Amino acid sequence: MKVLVPVKRVLDYNVKARVKPDQSGVDLSNVKMSMNPFDEIAVEEAVRLQEAGTATETIVVSIGPAKAQETIRTGLAMGMDRGVHVQTDEDLEPLAIAKILKAVAEAEGADLIVMGKQAIDNDYGATGGMLAALLGWPIGSAANSIALDGGALSVVKEVDGGLQTVKLQMPALVTADLRLNEPRYASLPNIMKAKRKPIDAKTPADFGVDTTPRLKTLKVTEPAAREAGIKVEDAAALVDKLKNEAGVI
Amino acid sequence: MTSHTQFGLANPFDTPERKAFRETIQNFVATEIRPYAHEWDEAGQVPWELHEKLGALGVFGFGIDEKYGGLGFEDPFMRSDYAVTMAMCGAGGVAAALGARSISTDPIQKLASEDIKLRVLPEILSGRKGGSLGITEPGGGSDVAALTTTARQEGEEWVLNGSKTFITGGMESDYFVIAARTGGPGLTGISLFFVEADAPGFTRTPLAKKMGWWASNQATLYFDECRVPAGNLMGQKDYGFLQIVNNFNYERLGLVGCALGMMKVCLEDSIEWAQERHTFGKPLIKHQVIRHKIADMSAKIDAVQSNLWIMCAQIDAGNMPVAEICKAKFAATKALEFCASEAMQILGGAGYLRGNRIENVYREVKVIAIGGGSEEIMKDLAMRQMGL
Repeated sequence: MKVLVPVKRVLDYNVKARVKPDQSGVDLSNVKMSMNPFDEIAVEEAVRLQEAGTATETIVVSIGPAKAQETIRTGLAMGMDRGVHVQTDEDLEPLAIAKILKAVAEAEGADLIVMGKQAIDNDYGATGGMLAALLGWPIGSAANSIALDGGALSVVKEVDGGLQTVKLQMPALVTADLRLNEPRYASLPNIMKAKRKPIDAKTPADFGVDTTPRLKTLKVTEPAAREAGIKVEDAAALVDKLKNEAGVI
Repeated sequence: MTSHTQFGLANPFDTPERKAFRETIQNFVATEIRPYAHEWDEAGQVPWELHEKLGALGVFGFGIDEKYGGLGFEDPFMRSDYAVTMAMCGAGGVAAALGARSISTDPIQKLASEDIKLRVLPEILSGRKGGSLGITEPGGGSDVAALTTTARQEGEEWVLNGSKTFITGGMESDYFVIAARTGGPGLTGISLFFVEADAPGFTRTPLAKKMGWWASNQATLYFDECRVPAGNLMGQKDYGFLQIVNNFNYERLGLVGCALGMMKVCLEDSIEWAQERHTFGKPLIKHQVIRHKIADMSAKIDAVQSNLWIMCAQIDAGNMPVAEICKAKFAATKALEFCASEAMQILGGAGYLRGNRIENVYREVKVIAIGGGSEEIMKDLAMRQMGL
C-alpha cells in the first residue's frame, strides 16, 4: 500500500502572528516557519503504517516555494521514504492545491492519503474534502484513530458530542485530528539520512493545473485586544453581574 | 509564545541538517523539559526516562563510532546548538544531569579495551546507563598533577585507593573513568581506569546541598582497596591523563555554549518583562536605563556567539583552537555574570522569586565560571598555549 502525505509549510505555531502594515496578510518575513502541526500527525501515522508493515512506500508532498523543501526534509527525517516538491511562489487556494494533489496521487498510484484536517495559517480546512471529492474517494475526516480491516479502512472520527466510526473502501483519504497520535522527534541519524532521500522537483504546470485565484483577500486585521477584567467583592456581586450585565444566567 | 521578529546574527556556517537538528532540540526542550524543569530542579532529580528520550535522538553520540552506538561523525556546531538550547530549559542542573556522560564517553572510546567499548558505550549513549569522569579530588581540583589517588597492580588486578569529589552524575552512573597515580609525581605518572559501580571496594556519597544545578547529582567517590581487572587500565600506563587532555576542549566548548544559552535566557526574559511591566506611566522598555541594559546584554551575546561560531568552523576544518577556547570560556562566563546581574535588576523582585529562569541563571553563573576549568586556570592555560 502506497501512502501519500501532503504537508504545508506554515508560520510556526509558537510564533505570534503579526499583520502586515497594509493589512494585505500576515507578515512572514524573517519569522520561524515549520510543518503544519496537523500534517506532522499525518506523517507520524504514515510512518507507523510503514513500521507495522502495512505501508510499502510513504511519500511526502509539499506545494510551495523553494523553502518548502525544508518541510519535506522534516517529513523524510521522521521516516518517510521520499518526497515530491511542487514548486510555486504563488499563494495557492485550497481548490488549486487539491487539483495538484489529485494529479500527484494519480501519478504515484497512492492507495491512501493521510493529511492534516486543516492548516493552522488560514484554517480553511477545505483541501482534504475537495481532494477526496475530486478523486472520488471516501473520506474519514478529523480522525482519532485508523485501522485496516481487510480491504477497508476503519476510521474513528471526532464529532460533536463524541466519536463516530466509519468504514471506508480503499483507496481512501483520512484527515488527521490532534489526538490521532503523538508525532516523534526526528533523531539526528535520521536527519542525516533524510539528506540522501530523493525529492522529485515538479511545478503546477507539470500537472496542467490552472491555479488562477478565485478568492480575493480584502483585509486582514488583528483580533480585537481583550480588555482587562475586574474583580468583584463577593459571590452575590458575581451573580448580579452575570445576570444583569452579561445576561448569561 | 516567542515574539514575532527574530533578531540576532545568522550563522554563516549553517546547513539544512544543522538547522533541522537545532529546531528538533528546541521543540524537544520546549515540550519535554521546559514545563517540568523547575519541578525537577526542586526535586533534585530528572526522571531517567529523559536520558533515554534524548539518547534516542542521538545527542550523546558526537564523535563516537557507529559500531559503539555513536553517530559516526563530529559536528561542533550541532554540539554547540545542543548546549545552548539545553541551557535555556529553565534549570541548568537538567542539562548537567544529562550531559555528565559526555566527558566519559570520549576517553572510553579512545582508550578502553574493545570489549569494554562494545559493551558499555551503546548503553551510555542510548541513555540507558550513566557514565562519569573522575579527576578532581577532595585535596585539590585544578592541580591535576598533584592528585593522590593511587593504583597498584596485583596479579591480574589493579587496586585503587583514594577518593574523588564533585563528580557530576556520580550517584547514578554505572560506569566511571578514574584517574589514579601509577608512577612518579606530576602529570606523567597518572593512569586512567575503567571502574564499574559494583566493583568491590567502591562506595559513593552525594555532595551536600548546592547553590545551583539541583536537578543533577554530584558525588564523592571512595576507593578502598577497590579491585578492577587488569584489562580495565585505559590507554598507556602513566600516560592516560595526558592522552585525554584534548578531550577537555569539547567540554569547554560546551560550557561556552551553556554560558551563551544562559545569556540568551537573560535577554529573552528581560525583554518580555520590560515590555509588559509599566512604571512611571510607560513600559519598562521605554526607559532609557533599561534600554541600555538590554542593548549591552544583546551586544555581549553577539560577541560570544560570533566567537563560538568561528571556533566551531575552525574545529570543523580540523584545527582545534585550544588557547581560544580557554579565552572564550572565561570571556563567556564574565559576559554571563554581567547579563545575569542586569537581568535580575530588570526583573526586580519578580526575578528574585524561585521558579523563574533569571533566578536560576543567577545562581548558576558560578558553576559555569568554575566547572570545567575555572576562569583563573583558563587564563593561565591560554597564556601557556600562546607560548607565554
